[in-house]
Amino acid sequence: MNSTLPWIILLVPLASAISITLFTLRSKTVSCFISVAAVLVSFACSCLIFTQSDIAAAEFTWIDIGGAFKVPIGFTLDQLSKTMLLVVSGVGAIIHIYSLGYMRDDEGKSRYFAALSLFMFAMLGIVLANNFVMLFIFWELVGFTSYVLIGHWFFRNAAANAGNKAFITTRIGDFGFMIGILMVWMATGSILFSEVGPRMALLASHPAFLTVTALLIFCGAVGKSAQVPLHVWLPDAMEGPTPISALIHAATMVAAGVYMLVRVAFVIQASQTALLVVAWIGAITAAMAALIATQQNDIKRILAYSTLSQLGYMMMAVGLASNNAAMFHLFTHAFFKALLFLGAGSVIVMLHHEQDIWKMGGLRRTLPITFVTFVIGALALIGCPPFSGFFSKDAILALAYERNMAIFIVGLITALLTAFYVVRLLVIVFFGNARSEAARESRESPFVMTGPLILLAVLALVGGFGFFARNFLALPIEKEATSLVQGVALVALIVGSGLAIVIYRNRTSEPIDVEVLRHKFYFDEFYTWLINWTQELLARVFAFFDRWIIDTAAVDGSSRGTWGLGALLRLIQVGNLQAYLFLFGLGVIAVIYFAVFR
Amino acid sequence: MVLFVIFCPIVAAIVIMAGAPARKTALVASVLAFAAVLFLLVSFDRGHHGFQYVTSFTISPEWHLGFTTGIDALSLIMLLLATIVTLAAVWFTGTVEKYENAFYACLLFISAGTIGAFASIDLFFFYAFHELALIPTFLLIGIWGSGNRVAAAWKITIYLAIGSFILLLGLILLYQSFPASSRSFDIRALTAAAGLGEITAEAQHHVYLLLLIGFGILISLFPFHTWAPEAYASAPAPAAMLHAGVLKKFGLYGLLRLALPLVPEGARYWTNLLVVLLVGNIIYVGLVTIAQKRLDRMLGYSSVMHMGYIFLGVASATILSATGAVVLMFAHGLSIALLFALAGELRNRTGTLAFDELGGLAKVMPFAGLAFGFGVFAAIGLPGLANFAGELMIFFGAFKNGWEMEHFHIFQIATMLALWGVVISTVYMLRAYRRTFMGALNERWKEIVDVRFSLRIPIALLIGALLCYGFFPQSFVQILAPSFRTYLVAGKR
Repeated sequence: MNSTLPWIILLVPLASAISITLFTLRSKTVSCFISVAAVLVSFACSCLIFTQSDIAAAEFTWIDIGGAFKVPIGFTLDQLSKTMLLVVSGVGAIIHIYSLGYMRDDEGKSRYFAALSLFMFAMLGIVLANNFVMLFIFWELVGFTSYVLIGHWFFRNAAANAGNKAFITTRIGDFGFMIGILMVWMATGSILFSEVGPRMALLASHPAFLTVTALLIFCGAVGKSAQVPLHVWLPDAMEGPTPISALIHAATMVAAGVYMLVRVAFVIQASQTALLVVAWIGAITAAMAALIATQQNDIKRILAYSTLSQLGYMMMAVGLASNNAAMFHLFTHAFFKALLFLGAGSVIVMLHHEQDIWKMGGLRRTLPITFVTFVIGALALIGCPPFSGFFSKDAILALAYERNMAIFIVGLITALLTAFYVVRLLVIVFFGNARSEAARESRESPFVMTGPLILLAVLALVGGFGFFARNFLALPIEKEATSLVQGVALVALIVGSGLAIVIYRNRTSEPIDVEVLRHKFYFDEFYTWLINWTQELLARVFAFFDRWIIDTAAVDGSSRGTWGLGALLRLIQVGNLQAYLFLFGLGVIAVIYFAVFR
Repeated sequence: MVLFVIFCPIVAAIVIMAGAPARKTALVASVLAFAAVLFLLVSFDRGHHGFQYVTSFTISPEWHLGFTTGIDALSLIMLLLATIVTLAAVWFTGTVEKYENAFYACLLFISAGTIGAFASIDLFFFYAFHELALIPTFLLIGIWGSGNRVAAAWKITIYLAIGSFILLLGLILLYQSFPASSRSFDIRALTAAAGLGEITAEAQHHVYLLLLIGFGILISLFPFHTWAPEAYASAPAPAAMLHAGVLKKFGLYGLLRLALPLVPEGARYWTNLLVVLLVGNIIYVGLVTIAQKRLDRMLGYSSVMHMGYIFLGVASATILSATGAVVLMFAHGLSIALLFALAGELRNRTGTLAFDELGGLAKVMPFAGLAFGFGVFAAIGLPGLANFAGELMIFFGAFKNGWEMEHFHIFQIATMLALWGVVISTVYMLRAYRRTFMGALNERWKEIVDVRFSLRIPIALLIGALLCYGFFPQSFVQILAPSFRTYLVAGKR
């Protein structure tokens, strides 16, 4: 039984996705029942596995070329993956249930739940992977399900474009990731985490190689976790249904990059240079996304930039060589960010798919449960004690204070900005007066949606306390410097939220206009320009060349020009079968001639 | 059994020409052939790495010429591909407006020719069967094609005839370069003789170059590729399915079956040339594909581009990469057949495949959208579909080739460019999918109906096979790898 548990966790969602696609696309109720049941089974088995210590699951051989190259589908079952299993299947289960309400009247409900189940399969596969190739396989699959779900409303141009952008951008990261995997394989002769780790010492004499390898692997995480410069897809991904934004683009898949780096920390931590790059990419992402978030007006996009920013914190922790701090923040972030997105979803649905925060206002009266839970999520996000985000963000800041002062300062500024834009969001959406008809007439969501909110709010509340989190994670060690860091962070928090309250209280439109932030530092414009002048230009030039030089001039020209060939062609251009058969017959005769007379 | 697989379509084609009901006969024949290959697959002796099910009719004992057929792992997989795609292509044909019987007979002749070529152990019949498959391809495009069909048919005829001719020269030279005592048409005997080093290095250089160019033209190796997109755009969908899916693999099969074991020194000598050309296939043709404005031409170019990956596996010539190449040949054949089949269905309904006129079709054709999505994601190497397994083995095999710590040589660079090619194909495939099936639906296509139910069966067959070997590539790998071990090395350092 024990040895089959991981297989059940992994395969039940896959079975759900397959059976929905094959049999129940027409009957939506059955589809969502199958999908929810599957995720609950996975969650229950994850809980069972969590309580057991020695589990050895059988491997499946995916490819084995007689020793030279072997790819098993096998499992790593340590504290890290067990906790991650709980987070993924737990948050997944909550969001499945919430989706029952959110997607109630959707035409493509069966497709949605099939893709959701497939996502669970892929994400759980990443968590359980015991080798690089298996990790990569499921890594690609989550990207695929993300593409499908972002484009769920594929008939909307924006959603269709966003899906493509997400998939292509992450593939650019995976380009580096795959080369990194190849280099690890070449250098150590293995792809198994358990074998590569001990063999990293072999590489000590090749520091440059090691750094390049580590950074290439990091590329994968840059794409998947939407770090600068590949962050551009995540805000656009908000075109997908909101539960998807909560599950895939906040709590789990985008955090998979962080999880992967923690899983292969033996590669990343072997190179100081690589660590420094990771930390700085994280810091830059954190600060930049927070800056952009202050000027956004779409409730989901604000949350998307805050996800970028928080992922930046996690990367910072990875770069500061603390797996524990990174995982701790991943853990708490999964709860409070999923909570915030689901809360936003509740607002959006009750306002008939209005996402502009300036058309909301005063919602604390009409959506009381959503309001209270959203505030809990928001306080956790800005790191207000004693909410969960306080503990985990504080751990990262303390770490930065100890190891890299410059990064600490960036982290602190980000904390201030976070408080600013989150409180801005709260003030505009929930306080003041309703600024639209929809906002005035809104009502609270049904229990199938508020239930998950309450559950997540509880987790966001207690998730950071040692007595709770210690059961799941190895917590970062508390240092003496902490009290100083805590004090400074609190000051940043108060300054940020105070500023936001002062500026945005009773406003009906944006008083500040910073163009460079509204245009997100012109990344999209720059990339469009870049692609037009490289890929598209080359494509056009080559297409022209192919058509007019290789095809017309070289092929037709040379064939017409050569007399001998020309005669041959005339023979064929007679256009009938006989001529060709004659040519073929000549060939046969030639074979026989050479065979017999030579 | 192997003879049955070869002659089943031939007999059916003759019966159809004699006036039997075309569609029914063709369907029965292709189902029977497919079933026979499934039987072979099950009863194949996995512990035995040479040819099995050998039957031989000696024609001339003096010249060692005979009609000898049999299968090893490589042939078996190609037969499986050929019969699956034949079945799908025949099923997709439906009613033909003119000369229906001749159309079906042509399809079956292509099928028989490729199957015969894959199952021949005799050099003469290996070549002759391929010719048998080529001629009906020209006819299908010339008579039943669309658009500028006559020009396209001429171009492909001239081009491939030249390719076959160069190939023939290469084969003759190959035959001659053996010492008189060991000359034979039997590929097994030739392989054994070549293994003893009976061909001089210099002769090998000449032979391999001719084989590479001859086969290369047939496979649309850069820069001999321009016939392909035009021919596929004009060809009726079943012809495009059979040619791009199966017949084109003949050249790759030939390189693996003849060039690598018989003239390995020649292969080594020309490795760098081949690598440069295949990078042309991947990067240059990939970028050309991005610029295409019509779905059929885009698919044609993409199939040219993906040949580059299989060439990479062949060029690298290790067990790992060659195994990957075969898996990818199989997978690419299925996925491109799927895509051409669906593109044909679209063309039947809309009369156009220009991206600018399409869009949002998944709304009215959800099944076609789903099935096309499988084809798209197979083509861009999504794990779970067989293409990924093949590409992965090719990348690992090629990257290892000539590896030195901290130095990148030609194969490492080529592998990285090929990996960038994956990004390129993601770009054009997803764009095409986006512009065809997603986005707002054009008013003109509001009344279009989805693929009808009976046609979903061959589609399901293609997708099912892709998924099956995507999840369980090991069932191919375990029979392929040992059979390559006889003439390839595990890895080159």
